[in-house]
Amino acid sequence: MNNLLVADTVSKSFGNFKALNNVSIEVPKGSIFGLLGPNGAGKTTLIRVINQITMPDTGSVLLDGEALKPQHIKDIGYLPEERGLYKSMKVGEQALYLAQLKGMSKSEAKQRLKYWFEKLEIGDWWNKKIQELSKGMAQKIQFVVTVLHRPKLLIFDEPFSGFDPINANLIKDEILQLREEGATVIFSTHRMESVEELCDHIALIHKSNKILDGKLQDIKRQYKTNTFEVGLVTENETELTKIINAKFETTPADFKSLNDDLKLNIKLKDSETSNDLLSFLTSKAQVNHFNELVPSANDIFIQTVKNS
Amino acid sequence: MNHLPLIIKREYLTKVKNKSFIIMTILSPLIMIALIAVVAYLSQLNNNKERTISILDESGLVEKIFTSTDNTKYIVLNNISLDEAKQQVEEKEEYGLLHIASGNGIDEVSKSIKFYSKDTPSITVIESLESKLEKELKDQKLVEEGVDVEKLKSTRVSIDIAQESFLGERTSKAGNIMKLVFGGAAGYLLFMFIIIYGNMIMRSVIEEKTSRIIEVIISSVKPVQLMLGKIIGTSLAGITQFLIWMILGGILLTSLSMIFNIDLAQMQTPQQELMQQAIESPDFNDKVQLIFNEFRSLPILNLIIAFILFFVGGYLLYSSLYAAIGAAVDNETDTQQFMMPILMPLILAVYVGIFTVIEDPHGTVSTVFSFIPFTSPVVMLMRIPFGVPIWQQIVSVLLLIGTFMFTVWFAAKIYRVGILMYGKKPSYKELYKWLRY
Repeated sequence: MNNLLVADTVSKSFGNFKALNNVSIEVPKGSIFGLLGPNGAGKTTLIRVINQITMPDTGSVLLDGEALKPQHIKDIGYLPEERGLYKSMKVGEQALYLAQLKGMSKSEAKQRLKYWFEKLEIGDWWNKKIQELSKGMAQKIQFVVTVLHRPKLLIFDEPFSGFDPINANLIKDEILQLREEGATVIFSTHRMESVEELCDHIALIHKSNKILDGKLQDIKRQYKTNTFEVGLVTENETELTKIINAKFETTPADFKSLNDDLKLNIKLKDSETSNDLLSFLTSKAQVNHFNELVPSANDIFIQTVKNS
Repeated sequence: MNHLPLIIKREYLTKVKNKSFIIMTILSPLIMIALIAVVAYLSQLNNNKERTISILDESGLVEKIFTSTDNTKYIVLNNISLDEAKQQVEEKEEYGLLHIASGNGIDEVSKSIKFYSKDTPSITVIESLESKLEKELKDQKLVEEGVDVEKLKSTRVSIDIAQESFLGERTSKAGNIMKLVFGGAAGYLLFMFIIIYGNMIMRSVIEEKTSRIIEVIISSVKPVQLMLGKIIGTSLAGITQFLIWMILGGILLTSLSMIFNIDLAQMQTPQQELMQQAIESPDFNDKVQLIFNEFRSLPILNLIIAFILFFVGGYLLYSSLYAAIGAAVDNETDTQQFMMPILMPLILAVYVGIFTVIEDPHGTVSTVFSFIPFTSPVVMLMRIPFGVPIWQQIVSVLLLIGTFMFTVWFAAKIYRVGILMYGKKPSYKELYKWLRY
């Protein structure tokens, strides 16, 4: 069994509104799975189905090969986008309560909390009330509570919102660390740079339908345009541009460079390879910069959503 | 996984540890007692105010019946005209002037009696004057007709019908009043309890929504469990508060009455005079004995069991609805439109209880309302001290439990959907749609 979570043709309607339309996803074990989509696409509904907060109308969800049942609650750690804590409760009490709701014993929860509080250097908050903490501080507590019971599956909905860059980085490292320790992560976000950085698989949901999914690398390969970014040093720029334009399709490029280069994006035909281009260029000028233009997750996101 | 005890514990502890809860628990009985003391003091003040009333009796029929008391001083004016009398009373700032015009015979006199005053006179003053005049003029008329008033008085008979059921239980008017007090207190207690702690449940649901913790919680527990835990936890906190109030109130009241005992005894009120007469009458001990017997013959066990069943059932019925309202809205100001349908049957129950149960505890209206689940807890609790057949109680409890299960199901549906809905104020139509999600 390579997939930790399989959602099979899940549909859910609220009255006349169809929030999910036959959505299927497969989340491989040990992966960081990006669940992407514009606002209101149905991501949160899908996550709520996985968390058994909402029951699907049709379709099924398997966790580790078993149909979802109440016992699976303790195998999942969920950090919702709409999150908060009891304002007038003390940090420690609250964390203990939430851990116990996930099925941990009080002593075990205490011990694990101590470990995490020390790790994130928040040990002296134990007796503070949530309302005395800043938003970022409360988010940290929330993160700890989500991962405390060592779930197999972690679901983060916009985990970095509300964090300053330093703490966002800290949390990112913790997520990677948890993956190292064997957890699988579903990650829902609008921030494409963090998708780029973290996710190895993605699924794109738009208007209640899944319109794209797979390994991020495969998808990028699928979306690549065979375009290369080059920087050339030559004495006669206009002459060289003319020569290249006669043979290839080009657009001006913009990147940072030490030299005063001729910067171009060169699109190859399907039959041509990078070596063909490179050998052609080296015969005409000095090549300072040669880089394949890989579509960013952001480009793919915008392009697919627009085209669908 | 059953997290119910854990949720109950948290709900209970956060309520009980809450500062405003603690303050209210301690302050409320103090305020109540202070209020009672102030009211008692004020009414005493009012009674003690000395009034002077001038009498101008031009008929000469009634001037001797006015004897001054501690509170009211009567001055009989002679040989002045009405206008002079009015002026004089006004100048002296007296309470008022009673004018009895002269006339031909008692009938004519009795129709031309007037009271002049600066402000509208108190009803009790007027009533006491009227009864004095009526009595005297009636006596005079009797004499006129040749009746011996003394003889008439000696023929007066006083009746106090002793009541006994076919089973030989003796009852009395006083006993009935005691039953009313018992039933009324139980019904009213439930009413207050529902309103105070139902609101508390509602607020605590709204708090979970506004603090956005709800989604974290219900990814761990079922919404129904959370709702029930909330209701039970809050109720336990409520019971704790009620017990403290009773104990504290009892202590305060006893100590207060001990301190002011002398004062109260000195208060010469009509009620006390009546009490005095009753105590002095020879059959007083008999009566006390009878009331005591009746208290012992109250269906105590039935009363306690029924109280627990109806109290719990009625409370859960209403509090689940409160929880549903809390889940449906975003903030407290939006709750108003949903509060009315909840409060209406409750208020109706109390009115039915007060007006019809007193009149006829086993009449059609009281019986019907003691079966309708939304009013039965209050009305039935008021009826039970008068003896309600067991089958009626059982049917009513079963109906209540059935309805309670339905409302919990209904509330849980609304709750499950509502707690995840933000930003819009739902209409009844939308609530209906939620039921089918």
